Amino acid sequence: MTATVVSRPQHTPPAAELDGVARHYPGGVRALDGVSMRIGAGELVGIVGPSGSGKSTLLNLLGTLDAPTEGSVRIAGHDVGALSDNGRSALRAQGIGFVFQQFHLAANVTALDNVADGVLYTGLPVRRRREQAAAALRRVGLADRAGHRPHELSGGQQQRIAIARAVVGDPALILADEPTGALDTASGEAVIRLLRGLHAAGAAVVVITHDREVAAGLPRRIHVQDGRIAADERPAHTGAGS
Amino acid sequence: MRLSAADLLRTGASGLRARPLRVVLSALGIAIGIAAMVAVVGISTSSRAELDARIARLGTNLVTAAPDDSLFGGKAKLPQGAAARAEHIDGVRRASEVAQVTGVSVYRSDRIPEEESGGITTYAADLGLLETLRVRMAEGEWLNAATSEYPAVVLGAKAAEQLGVDRVGPDTRVLVGDEYHSAVGVLAPAELAPELDRAVLVGWDAASDRLAMDGHPTTVYVRADPERMSGVRDLLGRTLNPQRPHEVKVSRPSDALQAQEAVDQTFIGLLLGLGGVALLVGGVGVANTMVISVLERRSEIGLRRALGATRGQIRGQFLVEAMALSALGGVSGTVLGALVTAGYALSQGWLVAIPPWALVGGAGDPVPIGALAGLLPAVRAARTSPTRALRAG
Repeated sequence: MTATVVSRPQHTPPAAELDGVARHYPGGVRALDGVSMRIGAGELVGIVGPSGSGKSTLLNLLGTLDAPTEGSVRIAGHDVGALSDNGRSALRAQGIGFVFQQFHLAANVTALDNVADGVLYTGLPVRRRREQAAAALRRVGLADRAGHRPHELSGGQQQRIAIARAVVGDPALILADEPTGALDTASGEAVIRLLRGLHAAGAAVVVITHDREVAAGLPRRIHVQDGRIAADERPAHTGAGS
Repeated sequence: MRLSAADLLRTGASGLRARPLRVVLSALGIAIGIAAMVAVVGISTSSRAELDARIARLGTNLVTAAPDDSLFGGKAKLPQGAAARAEHIDGVRRASEVAQVTGVSVYRSDRIPEEESGGITTYAADLGLLETLRVRMAEGEWLNAATSEYPAVVLGAKAAEQLGVDRVGPDTRVLVGDEYHSAVGVLAPAELAPELDRAVLVGWDAASDRLAMDGHPTTVYVRADPERMSGVRDLLGRTLNPQRPHEVKVSRPSDALQAQEAVDQTFIGLLLGLGGVALLVGGVGVANTMVISVLERRSEIGLRRALGATRGQIRGQFLVEAMALSALGGVSGTVLGALVTAGYALSQGWLVAIPPWALVGGAGDPVPIGALAGLLPAVRAARTSPTRALRAG
């Protein structure tokens, strides 16, 4: 787990770069204030903090689902504030994969087609999408469940399907929002192992969690408290956090 | 990145597949409106086709001439031999006459009290009448040279029913005046001369010999060349009664059938209007369903936005869904309307006639209605903030 931090070439832009970012909501709520950070290409990072600390706001900004009130957010070198809504959609379609606590799988749709929806908005024809989906299912070890519907699968399996959907387009940045929150310990561990494996394959993975155990297993931990970064625990030069 | 048409359809249909019962119910609203309109158009078209066929079969070239009772209190008469004179008019193909025999009642037997005459009229008829009117025999035979001199009768369709005669045989008899007459035949309904339906017809000679018929015809039926109809109508009064041409009332019975078509048209307009209201209500139902659907599926909208859908693609998905919902209603409504039309037309013994534009319009018209109904919900779906939508799940 040590030498994977710089698995991509040096000239690759950072996966995400935040500079003096604030996000205020109407009514004076300051969800984030003065946040600056940098997530390198291919890095595995945990964002940790109690609920209401601003973790979700941070995830939305990293995922270009939201724009900052102040400061700048750059994702894979693109200034999100300068992109149009369609430009941000294209960035999400091509470069960002999401994993949610509640899986968000479509009922009555097979695992294969759920995964294929991950590249629905990339312009690929349906046959290519299904081929890629089959490959992604193999990566998460569920190739034999391709024809199953979500209700026929366990929670852990559903979350692995959701992870397959996040990675099917081979994005440079994967954002996982409490990915183990709805799972028992064993399934949760399997999901974290899977995310580590994706990170090893070259994608930057950001795991948002309030679970200290999950956080402890990650090489870098950014602690968020009251909308600010309280601590940024970088890995020690060898074996930190493992 | 644009979605292909197939993908747009697929995403639009996925929302429908997930909630089949709601889809059926809201498509039903559209279907009922469309079915009503298709059935109205179909049934009226079938009915008109039937009427057209009847008019074509009966011909519009029949003219009747009768004494104008309204002026002279029933005392006016046509001169004897009127039909023979009418046949001399240029453009007349054939003419026949009947004379009402007054003071004669018709009974099934002499045991029926005299006051229960049933209102059956007795006419003396010439032998060519059947052909002039193009009436078929429902039963038995028409009068011929022999039977027209003897106490024999042919019964009109309703008169036969009233007298309880449904088939004729050698011993079928009815009492006409004081004398039993053999019933030799029963007429099919005479559509151009409905007065004959409630009558019995006896031969001209028998009527003068036995029933004291005075030989003055009460109606003359004239078949004319279709191109010379107006000339024949003008000349008929003067020819039949040169002394008092204004005492002759000339009319064309097929006018009544054609008037019926015009009446039908008014009703069709009204019923189509009602169908349109039903369709409008169906459209409101679709809009309602879509509004609820957008509210319920905020997490799906958020997920799709996270997967990279643009606002336009979300809008397109919900618009297509609303249009597909309406199209479903349109197609099933059209099928339903066609079935209702076919069922009704066949039960009436008509030809089934549904204009193709009604089928195409019935299946296709709801699509723009669906687009209209889905527009507002689709715009709202597209405006939903992805972060808020994801929190909803």
